[in-house]
Amino acid sequence: MTMATMNDTVATTTAPVKRRSFGRDLAGLAVILALAAIGYLLFPNNLALLTRITAIALLVLSLDLVTGYCGVATLGQAALFGSGAYAAGIAAVHFGITDPLLMLVSGVLGGAFAGLVCGVVILRAHGLPQLVLSIALIHLFHEFANKASSWTGGSDGLAGIAPDPLLGLFAFDLWGRTAYGFGIGLLAVVFALLRLIVRSPFGMLCRGIKEDPIRIRAMGASPRVAIVKMYVLSGAVAGVGGALNAISTQVVGLDSLSFTLSAESLVMLVLGGTGSLFGALAGTIVFMFFEDIVSAANPFHWLTMVGALLIAVVLFAPRGLYGTAAAFVARRREAGR
Amino acid sequence: MSAIFEVRNLKRSFGGLAVTDDVSLSMAPGDRVALIGPNGAGKTTFVNLVTGNLKADAGDVRIGGESVTHIDAIGRVRRGLVRSFQVTRLFHEMTPAEHVALAVLQRDGRAGRLFGHFLAMPDVMAEVGDLLGKLGLRELMHRRVSEIAYGQQRLLEIAVALALKPRVLLLDEPAAGVPQSDTGRIEEALADLPADLAVLMIEHDMDLVFRFAKRVIVLAAGAIIFDGTPSEVTRDQRVREAYLGSYANASHAA
Repeated sequence: MTMATMNDTVATTTAPVKRRSFGRDLAGLAVILALAAIGYLLFPNNLALLTRITAIALLVLSLDLVTGYCGVATLGQAALFGSGAYAAGIAAVHFGITDPLLMLVSGVLGGAFAGLVCGVVILRAHGLPQLVLSIALIHLFHEFANKASSWTGGSDGLAGIAPDPLLGLFAFDLWGRTAYGFGIGLLAVVFALLRLIVRSPFGMLCRGIKEDPIRIRAMGASPRVAIVKMYVLSGAVAGVGGALNAISTQVVGLDSLSFTLSAESLVMLVLGGTGSLFGALAGTIVFMFFEDIVSAANPFHWLTMVGALLIAVVLFAPRGLYGTAAAFVARRREAGR
Repeated sequence: MSAIFEVRNLKRSFGGLAVTDDVSLSMAPGDRVALIGPNGAGKTTFVNLVTGNLKADAGDVRIGGESVTHIDAIGRVRRGLVRSFQVTRLFHEMTPAEHVALAVLQRDGRAGRLFGHFLAMPDVMAEVGDLLGKLGLRELMHRRVSEIAYGQQRLLEIAVALALKPRVLLLDEPAAGVPQSDTGRIEEALADLPADLAVLMIEHDMDLVFRFAKRVIVLAAGAIIFDGTPSEVTRDQRVREAYLGSYANASHAA
């Protein structure tokens, strides 16, 4: 076979694979925008909740990068989110940086730095000790923010964040329309970038590390360096979520650096399905709405119901809601062939 | 020809027991060497010492004249010392094309790139197609590894190693666990290895050793007891004793 015909066969066999993933990118973006529009039409008076869901979705996406794609066990992901939120808030309150895009940049840098710190520390251990390190880290971050009250407002929270109008045109209004639109725009951009990154050579390297780090070392690549890099990216994504939260609520509380938020984000990820960006989004939306509806319907036993939902998913759909649905569709397609 | 791979006076003991006892060997580009020895002779320890996964007590390992004794396992791979695994270590959720592409990208320092897809990189895909074609895995390149036969996984293991363009290749029982009917394909692949590559194969299957190797090294109780041609090894008294001894002890113990 000559080189030219060989390249042709390679090209023809790979073209459908490429087309399919590009189609899924567009479908994913379309779903995000459609859900955002539906949310806006259904809950015009509760855009704050929808914006909060968007910010948490960014947190869960960031967790998926390290847990779903690299196999790192962590219960401290809110450290990245909260650092982003505080960085954006402190930039506004203490340095007068009130342009929302500059606050966003501060959040991204704050989150990425926290990601670097957490990554370097957490990767010292594996398995259970790793999980314990992550819990220790989130408590340290929380306590640090609590004690540095002249900067963070301590347990009262960091108040007085007054972002300028977005691009000088759209003021952050009382109904939260600007914040919601800003949030959905950020989510769409981050989602599109992450879709590219998880398919890139680096994304492939991380999937390999998750499956067999020893094999990756035998290929001459350092799993640790790669995962720390992923942690920095994860921190940047969580930082976007944190900054969005700071900008939209105009306050940053210690709860954004809490163990509870870390654990909840892991619950959401498992609920939706790890190792897939769609799973992270699905888990966040289902969990947050379920929590909102059930806690309003039954304020005393809502946590029990959240627990029951999670047990049901883990027992009957161990790959998560999205993962199970995707596997079902794949089987049907296979059977149809 | 000058040595591409050298081991000098390598030593390692565990709790007073010398598992690698003053081992020295030297290989030139194009060498086909088999390392054999009875169970417990220290072959696995030797591989781990050489690849840097285990620290030696004393001795020196050199690749292309450069001492790598104080360089870690990853650094040794980057200098061209590549190994395959006795039990396949592959990514079950990934495809053969992804395996080879990842190895090619890693070799070229492009595995950290955040954008682009290997399917859209013509140079990478040409190499992937070429390498998988040579090993008869071309048709399976987009299947998941968990869906392909074990013999094909062994071939993929060799493809991944070759994609790293090694100077020295350590093959740890390349035909282990493969049904007799499929070993022919692996032998063909071994016969087609690049001519200038130095290959050290650890193997139990003596038929394969005799067909593949131009030189045989026998390890027993951590020390080299024989280094010569395949035709000499069967006549060597010490080798016979080492093998018979181990069998005799085994039957005695049983």
